[in-house]
Amino acid sequence: MKGSLIVILFFCIGCVMGLFNKFEFDTHTVSMYILYALMLQVGISIGSNKSLKAIVSHLHPKMLLIPLGTIIGTLLFSALASLFLRQWSVFDCMAVGSGFAYYSLSSILITQFKEPSIGLQLATELGTIALLTNIFREMMALLGTPVIKKYFGKLAPISVAGVNSMDVLLPSISRYSGKEMIPIAILHGILIDISVPVFVSFFCNL
Amino acid sequence: MFSIISTMFLGIGIGYVLRNWSILQKTEKTISLTIFLLLFILGVSIGSNSLIVNNLGKFGWQAVILASSGVLGSLIAARLVLQLFFKQGGKQ
Repeated sequence: MKGSLIVILFFCIGCVMGLFNKFEFDTHTVSMYILYALMLQVGISIGSNKSLKAIVSHLHPKMLLIPLGTIIGTLLFSALASLFLRQWSVFDCMAVGSGFAYYSLSSILITQFKEPSIGLQLATELGTIALLTNIFREMMALLGTPVIKKYFGKLAPISVAGVNSMDVLLPSISRYSGKEMIPIAILHGILIDISVPVFVSFFCNL
Repeated sequence: MFSIISTMFLGIGIGYVLRNWSILQKTEKTISLTIFLLLFILGVSIGSNSLIVNNLGKFGWQAVILASSGVLGSLIAARLVLQLFFKQGGKQ
């Protein structure tokens, strides 16, 4: 919990600094490099884990049901959310939900794919909503992991994390759901990652 | 995306080869620091994006609805998957 609060604090300091300073560097490129550094460290921590072999032998085909559940649950409830958002169609809402917390990619894809049909202005708005939605999802997963694990079981932190179950959320998942969940979380992250561009383009073209 | 996953596998290789180095057991700390930095940069990119800042009220609540729905849907799905497919036979 303390870790999550520090994360939010860093995020807020960043927001304030972004508001008052015009930075010359390209934040997207910088965050890509930091993400590489993160993934290298996540890899090292997995590789140096003494019980790696026992963990890998736990992989089972039925674990594919977890990413499947994430996709069905998210898309179904995103479709329901369109009842409250009159401005957007069911498929627009499902396209936003298909980001699965991958805010950078999903917002760019949605802006690009929607521009021919609804124009640049509306496409940019939907892209911005997708960015915020998927950032909020990541924040909820970051802050809520202990509570989510308690009330919805050990698979729920993985599912809520979406694509981030293999990187940003992996340390909390391993801490609250258990180390044996690490390979499942990585498998989940990879499969969801692949699904993002597929679903976003599919729902944008409906 | 492919290069990010390859980076992780490179790390797994390095970690496996050097698994007896005690310094590698400290990766949890450096991972947390890296995540702080990543979220800080995300904050900077949002704060300096005037389209988002000027329309936060308008877009924000729509994003809250969509994010909550997606989270709720995946929570329910994860709970169902756990109960239906992973509960029999007790803990793994």
